[in-house]
Amino acid sequence: MDGVEGEAGDFKVRLIRKPRYVIEDKCTGCGTCVQYCPVEYPDQFNQEISKNKAVHIYFAQAIPLISYIDESCLYLKEKKCRICEGVCQNEAIDFRQKEERIEIKVGAILLSAGYEVFDPKIKGDYGYGKLANVVTSLDFERLLCATGPYEGQILRASDKKHPRKIAWIQCVGSRRVTPGDNSYCSAVCCTYTQKQVILTKDHIPEAECTIFHNDIRSYGKDFEPYFQRTRDLPGTRFIRSYVSVAGENPETKNVIIRYATPDEGVKEEEFELVVLSVGLNPPAGHDELSQKLGVDLNAHGFCKTPPSNPMETSKAGVFVSGAFQGPMDIPESVFTASAAVSQCGEFLDYRRGKLTRERLYETERDVSGQEPRIGVFVCHCGANIGRVVDVPSVVEYSLTLPNVVHAQEQLFSCATNSAKEITDTIREKGLNRVVVAACSPRTLEPLFRDTLREAGLNQYFYDMANIREHNSWVHSKEPEDATQKAKDITRMSVARVRHLAPLEEIELPVNKTALVVGGGLAGMTCALSLARQGFEVHLLEKEKELGGTARRIHHTLEGMDVQAYLRDLIDKVYRHPLIHVSHEAVITEVSGYIGNFTTTVKCEGGVKRINHGAAVIATGAEEYKPTEYLYGEDERVLTQLELEERIAENEEELINARSLVMIQCVGCRQEGRNYCARVCCSQAVKNALKLKELNPLMDIYILFRDMRTYGFKEDYYREASEREVKFIRYEPDDKPRVEPAEEEGRPVLRVTATDPILGKRLALDADFLALSAAVIPSAESKEISQLFKVSLGPDGFFKEAHVKLRPVDFATDGVFLCGMAHYPKHISETINQAYGAAGRTAALLSQDSVTASGAVCEVNEDACVSCGACITACTYGAVEFRETARGRKAWVNPILCKGDGVCNAKCPTNAIYLKHFTDEEIFSQIDAAVPEEEIIEPPKAAVGAA
Amino acid sequence: MCSGRVDLGFVLRAFSNGMDGVFVGGCRLGECNYITHGNYDALAMVYLAKKILEHSGVDPERLRIEFMSSGEGILFTQVVNDFGNRVKELGPLGASEGLEPDTLRFRLEAARKLVPYIKLVERERLRLPVKSEKAYREFFTSDEFHRLFDELIADKLAISQIVSLLGETPLSTGEIAHTLDLNPSEVARYVESSSRQGLVRFDQENKRFVLA
Repeated sequence: MDGVEGEAGDFKVRLIRKPRYVIEDKCTGCGTCVQYCPVEYPDQFNQEISKNKAVHIYFAQAIPLISYIDESCLYLKEKKCRICEGVCQNEAIDFRQKEERIEIKVGAILLSAGYEVFDPKIKGDYGYGKLANVVTSLDFERLLCATGPYEGQILRASDKKHPRKIAWIQCVGSRRVTPGDNSYCSAVCCTYTQKQVILTKDHIPEAECTIFHNDIRSYGKDFEPYFQRTRDLPGTRFIRSYVSVAGENPETKNVIIRYATPDEGVKEEEFELVVLSVGLNPPAGHDELSQKLGVDLNAHGFCKTPPSNPMETSKAGVFVSGAFQGPMDIPESVFTASAAVSQCGEFLDYRRGKLTRERLYETERDVSGQEPRIGVFVCHCGANIGRVVDVPSVVEYSLTLPNVVHAQEQLFSCATNSAKEITDTIREKGLNRVVVAACSPRTLEPLFRDTLREAGLNQYFYDMANIREHNSWVHSKEPEDATQKAKDITRMSVARVRHLAPLEEIELPVNKTALVVGGGLAGMTCALSLARQGFEVHLLEKEKELGGTARRIHHTLEGMDVQAYLRDLIDKVYRHPLIHVSHEAVITEVSGYIGNFTTTVKCEGGVKRINHGAAVIATGAEEYKPTEYLYGEDERVLTQLELEERIAENEEELINARSLVMIQCVGCRQEGRNYCARVCCSQAVKNALKLKELNPLMDIYILFRDMRTYGFKEDYYREASEREVKFIRYEPDDKPRVEPAEEEGRPVLRVTATDPILGKRLALDADFLALSAAVIPSAESKEISQLFKVSLGPDGFFKEAHVKLRPVDFATDGVFLCGMAHYPKHISETINQAYGAAGRTAALLSQDSVTASGAVCEVNEDACVSCGACITACTYGAVEFRETARGRKAWVNPILCKGDGVCNAKCPTNAIYLKHFTDEEIFSQIDAAVPEEEIIEPPKAAVGAA
Repeated sequence: MCSGRVDLGFVLRAFSNGMDGVFVGGCRLGECNYITHGNYDALAMVYLAKKILEHSGVDPERLRIEFMSSGEGILFTQVVNDFGNRVKELGPLGASEGLEPDTLRFRLEAARKLVPYIKLVERERLRLPVKSEKAYREFFTSDEFHRLFDELIADKLAISQIVSLLGETPLSTGEIAHTLDLNPSEVARYVESSSRQGLVRFDQENKRFVLA
């Protein structure tokens, strides 16, 4: 990006497009050029551990999956070579390409610049760059990967052997105020290290893995059991110690690490490989980016955003998502992306749909009653298939197969001209079934299905024979066998395609109204964002007033005035004409499915029936009422929320207290509630800092297990330390004890705990005790989950469709999730996710209809014996009993069916069948796998007949 | 389509067609593309199919299931090479087992006919509440499973084999025992119970059993 002019709603962005030297439309990603390129240079994607070519595909999952030529090319440097040009059969190489300057006009800009990995080479931390067997976690990540430098083998640099003894050093570049390091916590390293340990043990079961760590920050959803799983792996040690690298063993090149434990003092140990768990830096070029766009950065070089809207930059019309907001894990990254989209949507709603064009297809031909007329197109894939498989002989063979009326070869079936050739041939020869023998259906099946539609043929009359990944690529040294196998695979496809049926995809209209359940910060933020994009919203609140848990929070660690923000938000919600709020609302019934739900609600105004296309669950969470540490028995014992309320009230007795103790992890990270409540460490630091501000003389002690002030919150933890808040760690099997006592006539709460560093028991006399009580799922969660047919996780919080990749979706289509109903989170994270849910909801509601796949299950009622095996097998709740003239029979709701077909394998009478993958279709393939001449003709009589 | 869609009938059909080995590939356990975790169903099906194959005299090593992601090409190659080599070692179906093709065919045919019944039994008695590889392995290798199999499926398989055989031609107890490689007294017990169920009858004229 060269520069930006203009303002919100009317930006002009100047881009420089570097030459790829490959014509994108022509390159099919076949990889032939890569094989012939003579230049080998360090592969940047694989951390320069292995080599790649000057012309190459960046990495195996790159989009688009096509080559480019980089500056190491001989021709670009010395005008020599041009081999790639000669070997590319599709003439996709173009050395005449020049740098292009492009100007685009946009209304809004979204910054997703990501992050840069901390580079320990600059300071030579822990011998990185000098000692061969010290790698960063990203180097190690590549070593673990199947497409990595050693194809998934973990080999160390010095001798290319599998290391058996591996150490990880945590917090490299993070949580340090030394120059060149970052003061913040990088937020993701604890858990990615645990992942690496688990994967290492998969690769090398006997590996001994040692993790040298500070606090273990497993604060994310499902992270606590993940840590426990890692810790309990045989041969794994977690050691809480700072370390230094004392050098390497000159013979073995093993790395010597010096560390200290309370029991054994300072010691040295050799490791075969050391992995540095490096942190996250702001993205490369962040200064330049900030200048070009005119957005401010924070002190750490990340994008500066207000706590009330982490997607908003200092420049109107420019939004930010992902790790450029600050270090974050994948789920946060994903929901901030949807969230930023929602804000662009609010901003540009008046232009929604203006640039889209509808695709028009030829009317579908009815071919029922016709004999199958099959066309087979065999692809050379440049040299990928053609060099190994004798393609002409596969074509010739195909013509001998039953119902095949046309067969031909193609250089690249996926090239635009070839697709047109297929369309034309379908019309000219009256084909009604098509087989393309080429690559995996994973990438190109949609393209070929579309080709059929172009020719007016139902797209399900198509099958793909994979003769590349399953054949030529793996049998490149056995061309004859590979040719035979290509024929076998094609024959199986031809057999299947004969049985295929035309399927109809169901178009469902979408009711453009949303229902948001829960009127807390999450629900209101989501509702308002949807309303601002022109969608009608029904917002349900169980209490008499909006606000939820946020009503009890007065400020955030970063200093946001929560009550002022909340008042303003509530006001906006009530004023917005498209938002209808129901108070004291209880849902009694939910029916319907994506695009068409009906929810019955009992509320102050009576009973309402609401029709809506989507629903958002934002029912929040609750604070645990402790039963431990004299809570409820002694009024000096408070929860953190109660403490916050008393601070806000400026209660004299509290402010003037001489001493206050806080205990962390009350009611969580223990049996029965095996998760970290995420917010309490920061909440404790926040309250401690506030009290120190009001009364600098107050003695404050925080008894903790791991301080989890992740991300930028680390700076406040440090500040609290500097302000003499005392942090004392305790072990879960030796919890603090609390009893009322008297000290020099002063009634106190005496808290005793063991200091693991001093190894001594400490007695702290406190005027007040604040308990960091767990955040627990709201009482209604279970009922709501049943009403909306969505599931709860083991901790009782709502379970999203995918913990990393679909963090605001449910497996049930049309229902979304945000806020603490998902998992405990801070206010800014709740706002992120609430906008995220709005973005996902708007993406659905902005469509006039949704399409359900044709490949879903159906029941042959004649064969159904009403045993219910399919109903129990279906996790989507798509199958139910329906009364018919012949009694109760299973019925599949095609909208809810996802086409996994598990029910098919359970049905004793084969009454339920998955369309496009019916028994008949699959059996025909199994039968065709054996060429007819090879099937042993079964003897008519087994033994000599009488 | 999920690996849980792989029907016991598919596996038996492939062996009936004379395939020397069958490989089922599924996603990694616990990493379901859907929310069904149907790969556990595939795993249970394979355990059960192996037991049926073993009972029919077919080496259960001819059937294998492995779980991997689409990004694990190298692992896939290793697994398929390994399995391919194993099947080559075993030779053509029946070779390592020392089974006559006819015997093999009747036994597999009998098993195929029993698939609907086996599905019912699987649902009623052989389904596990916990989805964990360990729990599945422990159950399907336990004495309890073997006992249930013998109690619920083994006899039915034998009877199904006899019915299949008699469908082609009338046979005496001795002939049945010879063809199916069974003990004649067992065969006598099976034909007796099948004639009580009205599946077969004794044809006095030919002194042979025929289908009822």
